[in-house]
Amino acid sequence: MTDSKTSPLDRAVEAVARSTHSKLVKRVTGLSDRMVAWLFIGPTMLLLLAINIFPLFWAIGLSFTNYRANRPNEPVEGVGLRNYERILTDPDIWIAMQTTANFVFWTILLQTVIGFGLAYLIDRKFRGHAFWTTIILVPMMLSPAVVGNFWRFLYEPQIGLFAYAVSFVSGIPPTEIEMLSNVALAPWSIIIVDTWMWSPYVMLICLAGLRSIPDYIYEAAEVDRASPIRQFLSITLPMALPFIMLAILFRGIENFKMFDMVNLLTGGGPGSTTEVASITLKREAFEKWRTGYSSAFAIILFVAVFGLANIYVKALNRVKQR
Amino acid sequence: MSLTTAHSVVVPSTTSKRIAAVLIIAYALISIVPLLWIFATSFKTPPDSIAYPPKILFQPSTEGYCNLFTTRTRQTAEYIASLPPATSFCDEVTRKRNMVIAGPSNFLPRFVNSLIIAFGSTFCAVFLGTLAAYGFSRFKVPLADDLLFFILSTRMMPPIAVAIPIYLMYRELGLSDSALGMILLYTAVNVSLAVWLLKGFIDEIPREYEEAAMIDGYTRLQAFWKVVLPQATTGIAATAIFCLIFAWNEYAFAALLTSGTAQTAPPFIPTIIGEGGQDWPAVAAGTTVFLVPILVFTILLRKQLLRGITFGAVRK
Repeated sequence: MTDSKTSPLDRAVEAVARSTHSKLVKRVTGLSDRMVAWLFIGPTMLLLLAINIFPLFWAIGLSFTNYRANRPNEPVEGVGLRNYERILTDPDIWIAMQTTANFVFWTILLQTVIGFGLAYLIDRKFRGHAFWTTIILVPMMLSPAVVGNFWRFLYEPQIGLFAYAVSFVSGIPPTEIEMLSNVALAPWSIIIVDTWMWSPYVMLICLAGLRSIPDYIYEAAEVDRASPIRQFLSITLPMALPFIMLAILFRGIENFKMFDMVNLLTGGGPGSTTEVASITLKREAFEKWRTGYSSAFAIILFVAVFGLANIYVKALNRVKQR
Repeated sequence: MSLTTAHSVVVPSTTSKRIAAVLIIAYALISIVPLLWIFATSFKTPPDSIAYPPKILFQPSTEGYCNLFTTRTRQTAEYIASLPPATSFCDEVTRKRNMVIAGPSNFLPRFVNSLIIAFGSTFCAVFLGTLAAYGFSRFKVPLADDLLFFILSTRMMPPIAVAIPIYLMYRELGLSDSALGMILLYTAVNVSLAVWLLKGFIDEIPREYEEAAMIDGYTRLQAFWKVVLPQATTGIAATAIFCLIFAWNEYAFAALLTSGTAQTAPPFIPTIIGEGGQDWPAVAAGTTVFLVPILVFTILLRKQLLRGITFGAVRK
């Protein structure tokens, strides 16, 4: 019926259209799974190559030179391993590394204790626990930079809420609570904000761990009349340990890289008491413009995180297998 | 028998529940105080905000928001008296402080930059991540484990270390201080997380679904599009939220690589200053405006978020 209406030309066009269509279909269907795999994975790999790997190699190249990014026209000389030599023998760098280690140690200790404690309590499943869990989670969703910046206001000696609350509890006059400018207190000002923000994260991972412990183990323990403390020490803690260690790994890597909060709260000061590695790196790279030197430092930092994380993951796997 | 097992550890006792509830609620309330304080400060006048002792009860004012969105210049009282009557509340408040509004501030453009860069990079990261995750999940990719670890290890770099060569590269390519450059960078950072999270979600979808569809004459791509994607929407949504939160909150790259046209809100907000130091009500107002979208997201999508966080942890 339709044939009688259409002209031979129309029919020919249609035939061609149909054949190209089927050719196309065949070409698409003809994609072997291998090709589809590369088609799917390829773009991501290309992007990572361009934005992560290529710059990394560039930085490795620069780390052997005396290049300065603010003087692009000056001749660049290769200096061999001198940058690395100078970094590893520079006492200031070692002080920055110590500051970083100190910061990582205390934040992890506090966050693990608070985070696990919170998870343990929430696991009691009291009425309304879901609502309060959401409230507790809010700080970790927010921008560390923007919220950290506001903590400067809370830390103000006289007018700040933090100093006021502390003096209210302890009786110390609020003008003496100089969290950001006192050499002894400045590191703690950062540790407190970081713990406030990230304990909920540790809590979530621990909660996943606690929920993964099957009920029948506790039931068996109950049958054996194990005391609650004994149950906690020989069931809860060991079974949640891989999760706790995982949380420590993530927080450790993050805090080793810590930049935004420190930069806004203290900027590394007073003096250099809170100058963590990232702040030193930023000063060398974007204030003193010693690009070659700072590239070498960046590589050293990367190797350090990567190496430590690998050793840690091995330990973690051993714990998991137990 | 049912009587003896009624008091099992699996169902915690009422007392322990009560103690837990009290402690958790106390912690939640204390931890939320700084945020409430930001919100309260944004509605204070500058003198109220720096009063001692800190004011808990105060006369609310939108002066902070006025100052956030405008720039002002100081003028003589005679000049202000010669002006026509104030047309808006902001005009009035500014004139009381012997100043006049000079024009809009940079906050709005910075906020728009944040929107464009965060949503743009999230879209790209989730798009690429979904494809790559499907690839890793369903096909035998040579060296798959090494590639996956490599993808993840890119997140271990300190942002400043990445920023040095990126700064040089973008300078050569003319991408410095551009939204496109920031979108590319955030996509690269986020795609690693997206692949890991999404691979977990896609692994959970039974292969049999696609295989059945392919027997029915679907091609691999059609099966992916029509069978796998609809099943993975929850996972994709959860991943998108994570990427969005990262890109929205990011500070280090933004502070080092953008300075003007492409600057996002996080590096801008700390630079809001009034006369004689930081204008805290305006900073609080900017912080509030900046935090609201994420707060809404968190509360609306908490179930997916929880799943994503714990899932990402359990997988690795």
